[in-house]
Amino acid sequence: MTHDGPQREPVAETSAGARAPAGAKPTGPRRRLLAVRAPLPPRASLVAGVLAFVLPFAAWCIVSYVPFVWHPLVHVRDAGDVNVPGEYSYVAVDQLVELEVFEKRNLELAKAHAKPLAGERANPVFLPAPHEVARAFYTAFTTPPLRKGDFWLHESLLQSCQVIFWGFVYSALLGLPLGILCGTFSLFSRLSEPFVDFVRYMPAPVFGALAVAVLGLGNEPKITIIFIGTFFQMVLIVANTTRSVDGALLQAAQTLGANRFQLMKSVVIPAALPSLYRDMRILLGWAWTYLVVAELIGEKSGISAFLYQEQRYRHFDNVYAGIVMIGIIGLVTDQALNFVGRFLFPWETGNNSLFRLFGQLKLALSSRGAATPEADPINDSQVLERMPIAPMTDAPEEEAHVS
Amino acid sequence: MSVEDRLELPSYLHHSEEVSARFAEIRKQPVVMRLSAVSRQFESAQGPVLALSKISFDVRKREFISVIGPSGCGKSTLIRIVAGLETCTGGSITIDGKEVGEPAADRGMVFQGYTLFPWLNVKQNVMFGLKMKGMPKPKAERMAMDWLDVVGLTSFANHYPAQLSGGMKQRVAIARALANEPRILLMDEPFGALDAQTRGSMQAHLLKIWETVDVTILFITHDLDEAIYLSDRIVVLGAHPGRILEIIDVPVVRPRHTDQFLSGHFLATKKRLEQLIHHRETSPKPDAGKLGVVAA
Repeated sequence: MTHDGPQREPVAETSAGARAPAGAKPTGPRRRLLAVRAPLPPRASLVAGVLAFVLPFAAWCIVSYVPFVWHPLVHVRDAGDVNVPGEYSYVAVDQLVELEVFEKRNLELAKAHAKPLAGERANPVFLPAPHEVARAFYTAFTTPPLRKGDFWLHESLLQSCQVIFWGFVYSALLGLPLGILCGTFSLFSRLSEPFVDFVRYMPAPVFGALAVAVLGLGNEPKITIIFIGTFFQMVLIVANTTRSVDGALLQAAQTLGANRFQLMKSVVIPAALPSLYRDMRILLGWAWTYLVVAELIGEKSGISAFLYQEQRYRHFDNVYAGIVMIGIIGLVTDQALNFVGRFLFPWETGNNSLFRLFGQLKLALSSRGAATPEADPINDSQVLERMPIAPMTDAPEEEAHVS
Repeated sequence: MSVEDRLELPSYLHHSEEVSARFAEIRKQPVVMRLSAVSRQFESAQGPVLALSKISFDVRKREFISVIGPSGCGKSTLIRIVAGLETCTGGSITIDGKEVGEPAADRGMVFQGYTLFPWLNVKQNVMFGLKMKGMPKPKAERMAMDWLDVVGLTSFANHYPAQLSGGMKQRVAIARALANEPRILLMDEPFGALDAQTRGSMQAHLLKIWETVDVTILFITHDLDEAIYLSDRIVVLGAHPGRILEIIDVPVVRPRHTDQFLSGHFLATKKRLEQLIHHRETSPKPDAGKLGVVAA
C-alpha cells in the first residue's frame, strides 16, 4: 500500500539480476536492497512499508514501557511518613513528581528515619503509553462529552470532514478551470497569476477574523479559510501542470486539424488529467493543515475543538487518539484516491478493468445489442493475450512492450 | 582513388528510359504545393540570423520529395513552416494555389518523436482528426480500421500507445495523419529515433503505403540512403544560410527495393549528395555556391 511505483515493477524485478554487468559479483538479495535507483523486490517493499509504521511505534513502546529509558518522573504510590516536615513535604500519594524531588524527599525521610516514599518511574502525562491511547481510541468514541452540548468524537470528526470537503470542493470548482486556463492561455496567466501570487503569500489564518465578521459563526468562515488556503496554491500548481503538457502533442493535434477549443478539450485536459489528479491529492493534504486553524477561529468546532477540550482536561490519551484519527483519515483518503486513480487512467497503469466494466454495463443496458463487437472495449483482454504476435514485415525487434 | 571512382559510376544526371518516363508523368501532374522564396530570419543577440534563404520548389501530386542537408541547414524549420507550426519571414507557401497559414488538416505531419495521444488507444488515435472534423463516430471508426489495415495494425486497435514498440507507434502516427486525407503528408525525420533494422522495414513499409495510397509526401531526413531509396526528387539544402544547393531527380527505377542500394545509379546519386553535403561541411570555400544550383 505504501508503494505506488510504476506498474512494470514485477518485470523489472525479474530482470534485475540479468541487468547487472557481466563479471560482476552475483547480486544477492542484500545487494538489491541498496541498489541505486532500482525498485525494491516486492516483498522487501512491503516489509519496508510496514516497518515505516512499526519502527516509530516500537520507539514509542520502548520509551513508554522500559522503565530506565527516559521516564523523568516518579508516580508516588506511598507518600511515606507525611508527618516528617521538610522542604518537599508536599509530596503526596498519586502525585507525579520529578525524580530529583522524589530523591530529595527520600533523603529528608531517611534523615528522620521515617518510612520512605515508594513509587515507580513514569512518563509525563503528555506522553501516554500505547495501550492507554489504544484504550482511548475506543473510549473516546463511547464516552459522552464531559460538558453538555459538547460534541462526541465522531460528531467532531464528521464536522471536520465536512469543512474539509466543502472547502476543497469550492476550491477545486474554481481553481481547476482557472488553473487550466492559465496554463493554456498566456492572457489568463498574466491576468490572474501576479495577483494570485501576491495573495498566496498571505497566510490563510489572517483572513480568519475577517471571515468570521463577514460570514458569522458556523461552518462558513471555516470553509472560507480552507478555500483561501488551497485555492491560490491550486491555481498556480494546476497552471504549471497544464503548462508541462508535451507541446509536441499540441502540435500534432494542430496538424490533425484541431481548433483552439478542441486543443483544450481533447488534448490539454486529457493529457494533464493524471497529473492534475495527483496534484489534487497533495492539495487535499494541505487542506488538512489549514483545518486546525480554521476550526479554532470564531466558534471552535470539529476535531480541533475536541482536541482543545481534551487537552484542557489533560486527557492526553484522548488527544493522541484524536491526532492519530486525523492521520488515519488522511492516509485512508489518500490511499483510496490512489487506488481509484489506478482505474481512472488505464493508459498510465495498464489497468482498464473500470472501462471494461463500463463497456459491459453499456452492453447490458442496450437491449437491442446495438454495440458493434469491434467497438467493444471488452475485446481488450483478448487482444492483450494475442499481443506478442508481431504483424506484417516487422523486424524481430518490433515486439510489443506489454506492461 | 575511392571505391566509387573505380566502379565507373554512371552520371547521376543520366536517366534510363523508365526513369525519364516516370518524371515525364510526374511533370504532367498538377502542382500540389508551391514554395516561393520562403525565408526565415531569427533575431539573436548577435543580430538577425538567416536560417532559410529563398527556398523555392514545387511539389507535384503523388510525388515523393525529400529534403536533405547537414544539421543546422534549417530543414526542420522548413517543414515546420510548411505545417504552419512556425511562420516564415519572407515568401509564401501555397497549397492548390491557396496560401497556407495556421496548421490545418490539409497538411498532415508525422514527427520524429512519438506524438500519439497516450490516453487514446490506437484506433482512437487514428480517429482523432476525423473526430475534429466532426465525422460521426461509426463512420470514423470504420475509416480508422481501414487505415490501421493499411499500416497492418488492425489487431492492435485497442492497445494504448505505451504498449507499442517505436516502429509500431510511427505506423499509427502515419495512419493517423493519412486518415485525414491530407493534400500533402509532411514527415520530419520520422524514422530517426528507430534502430537500423526497424528503420529499414519502416522505409519499405512507407513505400508500399505510398504506392497504394493517393498521397504526396514531403520527407525530411539526414540519411542519404533513405532519401535516395524513397524519393522521386531530393532537395539538397546547404547551411548558413539554409538554401537550396541542388534538386536532384533520383535516377533509380521504381519500384524500389533494397538491392538497388548497390546499383550504379544509386551510388552515383549518393556520391553526388555526399559531395554537396560533406564537401561544404568540411571546406567552406567562398566559391562553393557555384556548384550547379538547379532552381525549380
